Amino acid sequence: MSRNPYIRPVSDTTWWTAQPRYIRYMAREVSCILIGAYTGVVTFGLFHLSQGAAAWNGFLETLQSPLSIAFHLLALAFALYHTTTWFNVTPKAMPLQLGETQVPGGVIIGAHYAGWAVVSIVVLFLVGA
Amino acid sequence: MSDRNVELEIMRYDPDTDQAPSFKTYTVPCPEDWVVLDAINYVKDQLDRTLSYRWSCHMAVCGSCGMMINGEPTLACKAFLRDLPDRIKVEPLANFPIERDLVVVMDDFMDKLGSVKPYLIPKEQKAVEDGSYLQSPAQLKKFKQYTLCINCTLCYAACPQYAHQEAFVGPAALALAHRYNLDSRDVGRSAREDVVASNPGIWECSFVGACSDVCPEHVDPAGAIQQTKIASTMDYFTGFLPGGKS
Repeated sequence: MSRNPYIRPVSDTTWWTAQPRYIRYMAREVSCILIGAYTGVVTFGLFHLSQGAAAWNGFLETLQSPLSIAFHLLALAFALYHTTTWFNVTPKAMPLQLGETQVPGGVIIGAHYAGWAVVSIVVLFLVGA
Repeated sequence: MSDRNVELEIMRYDPDTDQAPSFKTYTVPCPEDWVVLDAINYVKDQLDRTLSYRWSCHMAVCGSCGMMINGEPTLACKAFLRDLPDRIKVEPLANFPIERDLVVVMDDFMDKLGSVKPYLIPKEQKAVEDGSYLQSPAQLKKFKQYTLCINCTLCYAACPQYAHQEAFVGPAALALAHRYNLDSRDVGRSAREDVVASNPGIWECSFVGACSDVCPEHVDPAGAIQQTKIASTMDYFTGFLPGGKS
């Protein structure tokens, strides 16, 4: 009898297809690419705004193309997925204990959604004003 | 007694004769109260005495019988045949070298577990006659969840980071370090920091969360690692403050 441990190969490219939880993880990671691209679009728009009314209106017109609308819908979907998946794991990263009582995870998650709503309302108010 | 039989497709590897593992299929009965471990014991007792695997308590306490059951890291003593399909694939825990059949080499895990100093480091050693280190129920509750780890290493088998970065200290060891860091009787956090707060420590984790999904004791190592990341980040920033931790 001898020792000859066998090491199973692990794929560097397809490992994430092995489990649905890995696919969900990769979707969350990939969401940052869409969010990054959207940030680029917004920055591009700000640049056009600085170039005067004609440039700004041209930018707005580009946004109305089917390709642009498809991109924005996709970016929105991934941004929502990114946000909700991170909010849902906040009780793991930031558990709260009051005395001997553990604050329920739902309360911590709910507080994040409430904060999100407040910030959104403030932003909408500022834009409206 | 159920009439149902199940096909156990078991990965076999003999280090003396095999170049690589292969599967061998066994037909076993399926009583209502049998778990996969019972089926494997049946194979060992009735069909093939050469099969090697680890088990001990048969009650999800010892953590010995972890294996991949239909691709999922599972304790064989917790996986009821009645909940599984007629064909069940049984493999040794993923991400570990195979010693023989379903037995894996755990040396790497054992070394990493030791490296985080998973024991109480009190401020002052007390003599027995000086009494015990007191702790309130609230202080105990802060870390009790992380004491439940049974070192079954299902979390390592589920972790894609560990699969790709062998140096990663890994979920169970980091969760246990967190358990002692949270303990009011312990002052060993800085002694553990070199390993825990290093790149192969908490920062290798990208929060896949699979470790917590498969944990049979609901220890939530993924949560422990994220909490340690926050604490370590706070250390870094407070280090810039007068009197802060350097």
